[in-house]
Amino acid sequence: MTGPSLATAAPRRGGGVLAPVALGVLVLVVWHVVVVAFAVPAFLLPTPLAIAQQFVAQFPVILSTSAVTGGNALVGLVAGFLIGLVLAVLAASSRLIAELTTPVVLAASAIPIVALAPVFTIMFGSTTEIARQLVVTVVVIVPVFVSSARGLRAVAPVHGDLMTSLAATPWQRARFVRLPGAVPYVLTGLRLAAPAAVIASVVAEYFGGLQNGLGSRITSAAANTAYARAWAFVVASIVLGLLFHLGGTLVERLVTRGRPA
Amino acid sequence: MSGLASEKSARSAVELTGVDKRFGDVHALAEIELTLDDGEFVSLIGPSGCGKSTLLRVVADLEQPTEGTVRVGGKPARQARLDQDYGIAFQQSGLLEWRTVAENVELPLHVHGVGKAERRARAAELLELVGLADFAGSRPGQLSGGMQQRVAIARALAPQPKLLLMDEPFGALDEMTRERMQAELLRIARESGAAVLFVTHSIPEAVVLSDRVVVMTPRPGRITEIVTGRRPGRADLEPDDVEDVRETAAFFTAVTAVREALRKGHG
Repeated sequence: MTGPSLATAAPRRGGGVLAPVALGVLVLVVWHVVVVAFAVPAFLLPTPLAIAQQFVAQFPVILSTSAVTGGNALVGLVAGFLIGLVLAVLAASSRLIAELTTPVVLAASAIPIVALAPVFTIMFGSTTEIARQLVVTVVVIVPVFVSSARGLRAVAPVHGDLMTSLAATPWQRARFVRLPGAVPYVLTGLRLAAPAAVIASVVAEYFGGLQNGLGSRITSAAANTAYARAWAFVVASIVLGLLFHLGGTLVERLVTRGRPA
Repeated sequence: MSGLASEKSARSAVELTGVDKRFGDVHALAEIELTLDDGEFVSLIGPSGCGKSTLLRVVADLEQPTEGTVRVGGKPARQARLDQDYGIAFQQSGLLEWRTVAENVELPLHVHGVGKAERRARAAELLELVGLADFAGSRPGQLSGGMQQRVAIARALAPQPKLLLMDEPFGALDEMTRERMQAELLRIARESGAAVLFVTHSIPEAVVLSDRVVVMTPRPGRITEIVTGRRPGRADLEPDDVEDVRETAAFFTAVTAVREALRKGHG
């Protein structure tokens, strides 16, 4: 399923796609042979075949749970992206705001998401998705803020002189130079944040709440000794993460198309 | 305050009186006295660190003099900048790569709220003038260095300034492109009637372009000599003649005079 998508992401390197696919197949074969030959117990490692069987058997559930986890990731990604961007613009426009926000946002980058998830679940109740979306939002804000703030500061001296010579107002400087100049940086932040949003969304489900997402299915399957099923949901999480990564990369390429690298 | 002085200011494109500029301990400019007449082409030449770029930036109100007065078109430099009385081109073209060539030329007009139709028309006219009409829709990244510099010059001319400030605009170009751009610049200066203050460290370039060549020396940056270039009385010179000028006796005499002035400053 991800094969063709990966191929479109790197259209000029056919050989570059073939090699990792071949490696992946080899790893799966070796994995299977090792598990069978050494009679590895299923709680340690199920065979790829057993995982694939579970993936097919659970496919309708995988789709619905992926939609929930992916939906939380998307809501948090959009919210975190907007907040991170607005904070970066504010920080770039005022020294005071920069001094207030930058340490706070950087401190937020040190917040372990596992520490937040249970607290948010208690705060917002275990029957809503808000706690999970908030965890994603916090995780997304940091890379978007850092990358955007760097882009907004990266005004070439010659452009600064030019706008001064044109007697441009601060708003005109932002509109004509700072904001358009920062676009590639903002999108790099988005691309970095997109797969992180999925990770945050999955992990947030480990700490209770509704049993409707990939993360909660992984924990409940593992608790019920259904190891191959747990792995099938792990595979689904990986696929979801890749989709977000590709989505972020695609948006970045589309928007910065026609600009020199 | 005398009537005579203000009348003189009103007539000159640039008037620097007793200008001094210090950056901390560095004495960048000392006792600068210089006047440019309307439509006059003046080059500033000297070794690195002689303050020629700083002098240009003082005229542009990008730097404030520590002492002395700067008047542009009879106004204080700051007022002239706010009124868009000058156009400026830097060593780097400084084009905005997310805008098309035409939109880059329009930028000064866009900043000053000129309507879209008028901006378009003016940009088309200016791109015609610099010979880039076919590239209006291109991105700066698709153009060669020389073409980018011509776009930057068109941009500087967009508000129809009475004064053009140029900080080594051809410094990064190869010799062939450079000579062609010099001819283009002379034609543009003549057609627009603008005075030009031109920073360079090429002696032939200064002589071939200028009415007067201002020779500067470093530590502190000061004007040591003003040499007459090859242009006086020949404002009607055709761009094609620029080639021939390089072979005249007057050109060699002026080049020698500038070179000696520079050497004296070093000694």
